[in-house]
Amino acid sequence: MLDTATLRPQFPILARKENGHRLVYLDNAATTQKPLKVLDAIAHYYSCHNANVHRGAYTLAVEATEAYEAARTTVARFVNAWEREGVVFTRGTTEAINLVAASWGRTHVAASDTVVVTAMDHHSNIVPWQILCQEKRATLRMVEITEDGRVDLSDYGRALEAKPKIVAFPYVSNSLGTVNPAAQLAKLAHAAGAVVVVDGAQSTPHLRVDVQALDCDFYALSGHKMLAPMGSGALVAKPALLEAMPPYHGGGEMIERVWDDHATWNKIPHKFEGGTPNVEAAIGLAAAIVYLEELGMDRVAGHEQALARTAIERLTRIEGVTVYGPRDHRAGVVPFTYGDIHPHDLATILDRDGVCIRAGHHCTQPLMRRLGVAATARASFYVYNDVDDIDALVTALRKAGELFGVPA
Amino acid sequence: MSDLSDLYQQVILDHNRSPRNFRTVPGANRSAEGYNPLCGDRISLQARVDGEVITDVGFQGSGCAISKAAASLMTAAVHGKTTAEADALFRAFHGMLTGGVDGPADPRALGKLAAFAGVRAFPARVKCANLSWHTLRAALENRAEPVTTESASD
Repeated sequence: MLDTATLRPQFPILARKENGHRLVYLDNAATTQKPLKVLDAIAHYYSCHNANVHRGAYTLAVEATEAYEAARTTVARFVNAWEREGVVFTRGTTEAINLVAASWGRTHVAASDTVVVTAMDHHSNIVPWQILCQEKRATLRMVEITEDGRVDLSDYGRALEAKPKIVAFPYVSNSLGTVNPAAQLAKLAHAAGAVVVVDGAQSTPHLRVDVQALDCDFYALSGHKMLAPMGSGALVAKPALLEAMPPYHGGGEMIERVWDDHATWNKIPHKFEGGTPNVEAAIGLAAAIVYLEELGMDRVAGHEQALARTAIERLTRIEGVTVYGPRDHRAGVVPFTYGDIHPHDLATILDRDGVCIRAGHHCTQPLMRRLGVAATARASFYVYNDVDDIDALVTALRKAGELFGVPA
Repeated sequence: MSDLSDLYQQVILDHNRSPRNFRTVPGANRSAEGYNPLCGDRISLQARVDGEVITDVGFQGSGCAISKAAASLMTAAVHGKTTAEADALFRAFHGMLTGGVDGPADPRALGKLAAFAGVRAFPARVKCANLSWHTLRAALENRAEPVTTESASD
């Protein structure tokens, strides 16, 4: 376990009281809190180095560009990218996936082609493919999940028989916590001739990620779920694919030369970074990565998994609580329901005790339909959470049970 | 800071547990669907209006305690009322929740609906209490488009 007594003071927001209670932040799958090192890195950038990047010939601009490009190198190292030029900064996972759908997808997917996603995908890894398939009159095939919340490998095999152009899946499910066998899924998809898109929003913050070992083609990540600012994120891709793709956004920075009626494109990754980038976000993301690397991603993963195990054990001891998702191969995401108390009522009641959980469909409506629930409550852990947080969660849940008379 | 018992009053918990008029309406001539895209709550509302009078009203669907109790208490409140009276109740209820200018001059006019006064202290939950009322309004106006809390002006 990580030493949370040392870590917690490094997160200023955790000193906040909620209704007189210690802040128990258990909505880390939605977004994480930020350590001083990240906040300071952003303030330092604006205090000392701010200028537009890749443009100015003066010292400040050179420093800003160096910091921005150093952040790209840091991201590349963190996920073991093929090359640093294969790291495109985006606003987050959603934009990264939309980039792939709009650029690679529109170029390669035609009528009668198939795109495969899974029933546990987040809307951000479903809707961009729906839009693409509707535009191209292609077929979107959703792979079913097993009863214990894993990708159904036999249905996956059947979906691959259609020789899909694209196969997209989450490395870790935001709604179930399932850690998918991503390398195996990628290998099978490649054997069927598909390009593989991995939604890394929930894996990058919580596991040691090696995109080359996964051997996917595109990997999308969000910074704000891993201690970095909102609006930070990246698409990590095989450089040869990016080279061959048309741009996503037209504008400054992404061009080589502009004529009256046409333009030529800058080299990758800049071809995909039209407009002034979010330099602050890139620098914050790099600072967050350094922070996580110092903790050690294996220890981070072990810490969260231990908390999840404890939480599941404690929650399932409460009569009426159902925990969703697999029993093993799961990250620190614990979705549950409690009797017939609606998750939104649970979230409101827990909030009175300073306990922040997510309630709702978690942007996974197709999955909710399969689970047969309108909504779940979800507790999700990160480096600063500890067993005290689980105690607070359980105590608050018992209060909710009393208020609603559950179990009856 | 409001207490939980201000929000989850006994009458609300009771109507959540045993919602009234949780059924389809025979001979309904007004209906509408309401949906909260943020949380997935949905309500299907039916009413029978004879002349100006709401002679029967019922709802089905799923939602949190606040939205379910609000729908239940609403059906009880507007049953037998004229559409104009129902509209006046809607405005009074909405005013109570949002502190708008249409707030009730006399809270007693709201009867049991006054149990939702505590919702005002929980801004994240105001839409839960309002969903059924927006849906009723759409039904009475015979609007075909489903109501969503995101299009409602609260």
